[in-house]
Amino acid sequence: MNEWLDEDAGPVVRPYAMTRGRTRSSGEFDLIAIVVATGAAAAGLEPEHVSILELCGSPLSVAEISAHLDLPVGIVRVFLGDLLTAGLIQTRAPQPVAEMPTRRTLLAVIDGLRAL
Amino acid sequence: MASVPSDVEPLPTAIKILVAGGFGAGKTTLVGAVSEIRPLRTEETITEESVGIDDLSGVERKETTTVAMDFGRITINSELVLYLFGTPGQDRFWFVWDELALGAVGAVVLADTRRLPGCFPSIDYFERRGTPFIVAVNCFDGADRHDPDEVRAALDLDPVVPVVLCDARVRESSKEVLITLVEHVVNSTPAYA
Repeated sequence: MNEWLDEDAGPVVRPYAMTRGRTRSSGEFDLIAIVVATGAAAAGLEPEHVSILELCGSPLSVAEISAHLDLPVGIVRVFLGDLLTAGLIQTRAPQPVAEMPTRRTLLAVIDGLRAL
Repeated sequence: MASVPSDVEPLPTAIKILVAGGFGAGKTTLVGAVSEIRPLRTEETITEESVGIDDLSGVERKETTTVAMDFGRITINSELVLYLFGTPGQDRFWFVWDELALGAVGAVVLADTRRLPGCFPSIDYFERRGTPFIVAVNCFDGADRHDPDEVRAALDLDPVVPVVLCDARVRESSKEVLITLVEHVVNSTPAYA
């Protein structure tokens, strides 16, 4: 932000201008899908793509990427779709929703919480 | 979704627990008390079709609404990460709840005894959806301490739903709330018996 603008001024660029009007992502990215960068930034990427690759040097959820970049999830999904198509990220979807977590998983959660 | 090839370290699986309750019930406070990161905020921008009331032509307009969700993270082990999502307080954003509730392990409904009706919509929602939940009564300073049985009666809860007292500002207390929820999920789901 420069000296003339603060947060009260609202976004200077309308969010979907950054994605060149695209509102659909080429992939489905759950809020808690985990993303990790597998490639380096290349020419032709938008600054947001580069920021995502930098953030995802270690695995991070879609919700965290959105929060750190201060961008709505919908926008982040579009950029993630680009990066997935370009082979620059890998993702892990959360457990399929049709399957409940295993008993073993839940007991691990209980143990993990007790150990906090 | 691309699968993870075997030559990279496997990515952890993420699971989520929802923290619901009326406005000001302490959702973000509870998330912050147990999260290993400062609670973060993510936003969904939603475009709603609406018909302008003053618009004589009855033409539909699109309105953009931003729904904010606060969340935190607890790393259980190298294979498992737990996310805690505070549900948006406004009742009209049910469609965001649907996305959040999909695949959730369960939910904590925070109740503020000074404003008990604030948690009614959350309880109705999880009952209807069949999402396992517990009620945690957040004991605010200055509020009368309530007997969990009185709260259960006031909320007309199913006898199997646990009701616990908590202080959402305190880490140990909030941890106990989450443990109670996950134990309830294990004990109340026939598939886990």
